[in-house]
Amino acid sequence: MTSNALQLESISKRFGAVLANSDVSLSVEQGTIHGVIGENGAGKSTLMSILYGFYQADSGSIKVFGKEAKIHDSQDAIDVGIGMVHQHFMLVDTFTVLENITLGCEGSMLLSKGQAQAREALSKLSREYNLKVDPDALVGELPVGVQQRVEILKALYKGAKILILDEPTGVLTPQETDDLFKILLSLKEQGVTVLLITHKLKEIMHVTDNVSVMRQGKMVAHRHTAETNPEELAELMVGRKVVLQLEKPATDAGSKALTVSNLKVRDAQGIERVKGVSFEVAAGEIVGIAGVSGNGQTELMEALAGMVSPESGEIRYGDLLISADHKVCPSEMRKAGVAHVPEDRHRVGLVTSFSASENAILGYHRSSAWNSKGVLSSSTVGKHCAELMADFDVRPQDPTLKCANFSGGNQQKLILARELDQTPKVLLVGQPTRGVDIGAIEFIHQRLLDMRNRGGAILLVSVELDEILSLSDRIIVMCDGRVTGELAASEADECTLGLMMSSSRDINASEEKE
Amino acid sequence: MIDTLILTLDATMRVSTPLIFAAFAGMFSERSGVVDISLEGKMLAAAFTAAAVAYLTNSAWLGLGAAIMVSVSLAMLHGVACVTFRGNQVVSGVAINILAAGLTMTLGLSWFKQGGQTPQLTDAARFSIIEFPGAEMMRDVPVIGGIYSEMLSGHNIFVYLAFLVVPFSWWLLFRTRFGLRLRAVGENPKAVDTAGISVHRMRYAALLCAGILCGFAGAYISSAQNAQFVRDMTAGQGFIALAALIFGKWRPLPVLGACLLFGFLDAVAVRLQGVEIPGLGKAPIQLIEALPYILTVVLLAGFFGKAVAPKAIGLPYVKER
Amino acid sequence: MKGLDRNLPTWVNVGLLPLLNVVTALLISAVVFWLIDVNPLEAAEILLYGAFGYQEGIGFTLYYTTNFIFTGLAVAIAFHVGLFNIGGEGQAYIGGLGVGLLCLALDASVPGPVLLLLSTLAAALFGAAWAFIPGWLQAYRGSHIVITTIMFNFLASSLMVYLMVNVLREPGQMAPQSRALAETAWLPFMHDLFAAIGIEFERSPLNISLFLALLCAFGAWVFIWKTKWGYEIRTVGSNQQAAVYAGIKPARVMLLAMAISGALAGFVGVNEINGVQHRLLLDFHYGYGFAGIAVALMGRNHPIGIVLAALLFGALYQGGAELAFEMSNVNRDIVVVMQGLVILFCGALEFLYKPLIANMFKEKTA
Repeated sequence: MTSNALQLESISKRFGAVLANSDVSLSVEQGTIHGVIGENGAGKSTLMSILYGFYQADSGSIKVFGKEAKIHDSQDAIDVGIGMVHQHFMLVDTFTVLENITLGCEGSMLLSKGQAQAREALSKLSREYNLKVDPDALVGELPVGVQQRVEILKALYKGAKILILDEPTGVLTPQETDDLFKILLSLKEQGVTVLLITHKLKEIMHVTDNVSVMRQGKMVAHRHTAETNPEELAELMVGRKVVLQLEKPATDAGSKALTVSNLKVRDAQGIERVKGVSFEVAAGEIVGIAGVSGNGQTELMEALAGMVSPESGEIRYGDLLISADHKVCPSEMRKAGVAHVPEDRHRVGLVTSFSASENAILGYHRSSAWNSKGVLSSSTVGKHCAELMADFDVRPQDPTLKCANFSGGNQQKLILARELDQTPKVLLVGQPTRGVDIGAIEFIHQRLLDMRNRGGAILLVSVELDEILSLSDRIIVMCDGRVTGELAASEADECTLGLMMSSSRDINASEEKE
Repeated sequence: MIDTLILTLDATMRVSTPLIFAAFAGMFSERSGVVDISLEGKMLAAAFTAAAVAYLTNSAWLGLGAAIMVSVSLAMLHGVACVTFRGNQVVSGVAINILAAGLTMTLGLSWFKQGGQTPQLTDAARFSIIEFPGAEMMRDVPVIGGIYSEMLSGHNIFVYLAFLVVPFSWWLLFRTRFGLRLRAVGENPKAVDTAGISVHRMRYAALLCAGILCGFAGAYISSAQNAQFVRDMTAGQGFIALAALIFGKWRPLPVLGACLLFGFLDAVAVRLQGVEIPGLGKAPIQLIEALPYILTVVLLAGFFGKAVAPKAIGLPYVKER
Repeated sequence: MKGLDRNLPTWVNVGLLPLLNVVTALLISAVVFWLIDVNPLEAAEILLYGAFGYQEGIGFTLYYTTNFIFTGLAVAIAFHVGLFNIGGEGQAYIGGLGVGLLCLALDASVPGPVLLLLSTLAAALFGAAWAFIPGWLQAYRGSHIVITTIMFNFLASSLMVYLMVNVLREPGQMAPQSRALAETAWLPFMHDLFAAIGIEFERSPLNISLFLALLCAFGAWVFIWKTKWGYEIRTVGSNQQAAVYAGIKPARVMLLAMAISGALAGFVGVNEINGVQHRLLLDFHYGYGFAGIAVALMGRNHPIGIVLAALLFGALYQGGAELAFEMSNVNRDIVVVMQGLVILFCGALEFLYKPLIANMFKEKTA
């Protein structure tokens, strides 16, 4: 009979209208590595923030080593023995390793005194857990993997018996990831309880003892890792919804509208997110990109839309070429008939402080349809917006209303209306129904099919498997920045897709060996 | 020639003193992540208070105490606006500068009826000069005598204090727990918060230090360097100090260097007033005076070296996203 | 600016909260009056009479208003693109230099209307250039615009002193002033215009650059809300990522906005040099640039609000002069205090009442 290091009982947390955690319970056995898996926005980070005192739960209780714990701020969490390694490191780049580790528990008023003791304690910890770092190195000059080690040491130095790691491998290279897992296993041997938050199935299978799955703010399943498999977890994460029956007349795949060859893209931090992807989309075809979010889809779409330039490789829309040497601005793409519905409505697709009518021309604001003699005619724009709203059933049908005041579904319909209005040749669409109510989902899907039936080419990125399955003619699966599978929609089902989504080079390699 | 140089350096010490106080005030504030363009306003208010209180009480020390209190209150106002209420730090700084300019003149006129100036301070009510032992005797020794009795001796206590502020601030910022936390707050407040330390409290503490030092700077100008308060007395020295802070890249020794350099330029400009330089014609005083600003702009643009500001500077800290 | 609370109704966000802030600033101003032994109500009466009670007073009020409209608009345009231009002071100064240089060079040879048109352009061009450099340094070299514009204020000042003392001083004169400009370079005074149509109006510095200011306000409104350029400026100021998505290049848009901002501030030179001083001299711009910040904050960066706030500040400036004249223990600096309070409460402490009001609404709806 092993005891629980951590026991969460029916935790709930609401942000405005959003229920981020709903009646979440979780037990973590002492001295194990416990995985919590779920997609972005499933509520994992909120749950961990509650554990670490960043937020207060609206209801529910937390027990640490069997004792009820009231955690109001980070200090309380530290006091009961919880340490956290955040997704974005909480380190001061201009400080040394030692200074970072002792911040908040310096020992005495004078640094020199406390630091001598800290140095000793640190070297002991380093030996015990096999975590090598130079205490006098500047943190900003260390590689990311070592910075993470500093974060782990910082938690251990403060007496953490339970270590939470929030998406720890997002910024690591494969080698660094392997090193991290070795560290976690040795921590486990020393009796530390590890809570690993991730959306990567491979990591869960590789290193955890138990796993809990979260979806849409709820805890949906607990499994012993040895008794489950990646496909089951993928299904649990993504969930099943009523598959909407859509009429999908056969179309002849037309000429190539989009060709991507060997595309590589780095993100703002310089990490390679798309690692050599090639595919094609033909006119009159919907190609769906399936995959757990965070596997390079976002960066792929940004590159395809001209918002970031590729590192290498080519993108071709008819005669329009995009490559590292030939950068193309989004406005040129629009002129060439490429429309884009971005996956993040609020941050990218809309200016929420603008009115609906102003948003109805975002990206098309230079069009001669509403500019004459230098003046942007607000009455023409208003009329245009009213037409779009009527056509796409955006409610309330008021072009002057601030965008922030529309529901997610209506915002999305407005964006779709704006992008489809120009009868584009190619539509890039990311997560078209995220945070959208059922009625609007059906409507949006129908509009996408209409475009396809007219001979338009659509590239659809979605984490909703049924959305991919019911809309696509062809499906591409992405994992870790690579294409791990491609198949016709008629041959696809959730099980095959789930397998492909959880695959990685390692698994492929081992399969090849067999 | 050497005598001229010594006299110029002597003047440099006097002119640099308020710059050092103010620039180090700015260092505390900005190292904690709070932009402080209100150094000027705090200095001005402190200068007025010091002169007014010293006149009324006939005590330079009471004047200094009051000046510090007023300067600290303005710093706290800055804190309320941009730490507690997360207002725009630049807007708050502008407001404090303008408030100080208006209030000093308004209250000055109402209290002393001399068009906004304060009455002349008697010698008892201002800080007097400290002569080093043997300064008189050394005066005639060539070079060393000049350096000792002109340049080093014969300043008031603030000048020496300013040069003590430098190592003390360095020690406080880089050798104590307080300094470590203060610098951490300016670089990554979340790291401090997750370590269980209050970000707001650290920023208020930093502003307190800034307020105290600006109090010294102001009191020096009106009750040591001069003997009364007059309109717009600080004349942009707060901004020169800000420039020195940036030029010294927010680090104690380089900032001291920048203050001395800018003070030296000022002293040279005064000395060259109306002087004809052979081959050049009239000395370009305005150019020399403008050099601190030009140098700072060029440095900020990254044309030589790179001034890296504290990372979290200017950003109000929001705990819950 | 930003930070409107979506959970509060619009009338609270754009009506009640700003009003509470202004009222607080005025109340504390009253406390200052009381501190210096002046009855605030009496002061207000003198102030109002000085500003609006007689023709000359009205003339002065509107003359100050003209400058405040220019600098207020300048600050607002930069705000719309998300930049804080506190260099209005220097841009106004250099704008005036442009006017002066042009008129000194051409006032003997070029006919009046053309000269005035050219000097207006010179003001815009010089002011724009003085704002463009900090804008460029921000957009392409990452220098912080606030610091750079502060430095440029001082640089403008040094440059002007140098030019006035060494280059442009009227020969044989002690004062650092240029020679008087020919009358062809003078803008018509309002009192002369009124006289021409048979209405008598007391002499005041008010000249037709007030019309230029109103035109600029209207133009700024059209530009910001009715053109694609204004649309791009507001998009960059509200959401840079959405701007990139829409194919807008943020750096270029920032440069455009800064140049326009500087040009507007430069027009202070037209009012002062062509309109009133009729020669180039030192410190004609003093304080208008900083007051522009208060005007823009109070006018909530909207041209209509700015015209109204400029009128209020014009009245304060003129009424303040009256007050200083009437009362021995008050000088015009009391207006500077009020200006500081407006910036403090309408700007830095704009969220002062938000938690309170938000709580009241929560209780109501709960």
